[in-house]
Amino acid sequence: MATNPQAMIEARELTKYYGDFVGVENVSFTIHKGEVVGLLGPNGSGKTTTMRMLTGFMPPTSGVCRIAGHDVLADSLDARRAIGYLPETVPLYTDMTVEDYLEFMGSIRGLDRDYLSRRINQVVDLCRLGTYRKSHIAKLSKGYRQRVGIAQAILHEPQVLIMDEPTIGIDPIQVVETRQLIKTLGEDHTILLSTHILPEVSLICQRVLIIHDGALVAEDTPANLAHRLRASDRVEAEIRGPGAAVMTALRAIPGVTNVTRTGEGDIATYNVDFRGDADPREAIGKLVIGNNWGLRKLNPLSMSLEEIFLRLTLSEEG
Amino acid sequence: MFHNILAISWKETKVYFSTPAAYIIATVFLALTGYFFVQSISVALPEASLRQWAIASTAVFTLWAPVLTMRLLAEEQKLGTLELLMTSPVRDTEIVLGKYLATLIVLVSTLMITLFYVILLNWFGDPDMGPMFVGYLGLLLFGAATLSIGLFASSLSPNQIVSAVIGFGVLLMLTLIGQAAPLTEGVTAQVLSQISITNHFQDFARGIIDTHSVVYFVVLTVLMLFLTSRNLESRRWR
Ligand SMILES: Nc1ncnc2c1ncn2[C@@H]1O[C@H](COP(=O)(O)OP(=O)(O)O)[C@@H](O)[C@H]1O
Ligand SMILES: [Mg+2]
Repeated sequence: MATNPQAMIEARELTKYYGDFVGVENVSFTIHKGEVVGLLGPNGSGKTTTMRMLTGFMPPTSGVCRIAGHDVLADSLDARRAIGYLPETVPLYTDMTVEDYLEFMGSIRGLDRDYLSRRINQVVDLCRLGTYRKSHIAKLSKGYRQRVGIAQAILHEPQVLIMDEPTIGIDPIQVVETRQLIKTLGEDHTILLSTHILPEVSLICQRVLIIHDGALVAEDTPANLAHRLRASDRVEAEIRGPGAAVMTALRAIPGVTNVTRTGEGDIATYNVDFRGDADPREAIGKLVIGNNWGLRKLNPLSMSLEEIFLRLTLSEEG
Repeated sequence: MFHNILAISWKETKVYFSTPAAYIIATVFLALTGYFFVQSISVALPEASLRQWAIASTAVFTLWAPVLTMRLLAEEQKLGTLELLMTSPVRDTEIVLGKYLATLIVLVSTLMITLFYVILLNWFGDPDMGPMFVGYLGLLLFGAATLSIGLFASSLSPNQIVSAVIGFGVLLMLTLIGQAAPLTEGVTAQVLSQISITNHFQDFARGIIDTHSVVYFVVLTVLMLFLTSRNLESRRWR
């Protein structure tokens, strides 16, 4: 039945139109057993739309998705059985207690009584919900609700875990804890999680899919991606000398891609962008001495991951 | 199949019996029907029957059913829990039937409490139990149909109040159509009185089981549940 037993999530040319509006277009990827993959993209890029198609909440306008080898449309119930899903807003029945809620979620997944009560104990421990087990969900903080959401998602030991922005809207300490929990889960689950926070994927994921305006624009390991995107690095140099001449000389250094100047008069700060393999710092030193200018400061500026990300999505906009 | 329906209705029934809302609704229901009961037996010529009471009860159902059902699917949409329910290995039909079964349980429980009136009647008089049984069958069928209409209304909006108003509006229309029927002639009058929900109840109140009316209530209920299920399904396609 399964086309490839190792492929746990397969998306083939997934497209979703909301009326005439493109939600996502032509999204294809495969996630293999045991992988933890991040779907990274800014707000409105199509992360939720993609996940809703994968989980069978809404069918794609065109394209196919398979979960653990089951077609999400044709073999819907089997596909859904293989999924644990944490939707973006963590929807919960607020008038139920944590325990009753987990019991309900387990029973509609067909778990038998003994197994279910054992699993409830396990997930309550794992998500550290012990003290709130009998509390009404309405009384829990956002962070704890998130944990209840994760607890229901892993309750039936699903083959695939799909989490939509699992750390959104909770306080920083809880974010750290939730990431740790996801990392632990990643040891024995296949996970696809979405986020718009770049550092998060490098913390949790082995692979990143970058989505922008409804299309996948890149796919790699977080390290490779950062490396590949480092088309240029930057140093900051404060130089005393005639502005125009300094600019021209800096631009002439091999490997330098761009120079910008801030400040007026004799002393100014120059931001020098260069290709990753061509560090121009020594060349700048020689240049200043040779011209008898003054080098007052020379700092490497590593671009923040966010900046790289911004670059990526911007550069793909055409 | 059955397992999922039971799981969902068990959850909803627990909510009904653990929150004050259902008790308040049931109390209002019992108070109103109780009032009509007292009124119907305290007229000059007290019929030792629940006939008047049964007819008055149908009017109360028209208010009661939309309020009892308004939460069921509206809240799922509002909280967003429908997303988890619809991505669980549960069919849309099972969701609808599970929710509906819970309302039937509340209906039957409430009707059972009204059996108290029957005991009172037996205490003070010697009522004919046959028509009484038929009256209860009618109330059950009538209640079941109104609840299915309420559930359908609940699937139409994430706002509980809007759902209740829609449900009440539909029920009111099905009632008023019966009043309008005598004002028209020929086929129109026939059709209108056949559609009217109250007309079909009259026979039961008189102690007569009319197969036509039984079929009417069953068809109406099944149709509403079917539409509810289709409406859920269509949410996936938006
Ligand atoms: N139900 C909907 N109807 C119409 N447009 C929608 C709907 N859901 C999402 N969109 C639009 O589709 C695009 C992608 O949305 P979404 O998948 O929610 O992005 P993300 O989760 O990455 O923030 C957005 O522009 C959003 O406005
Ligand atoms: Mg989203």
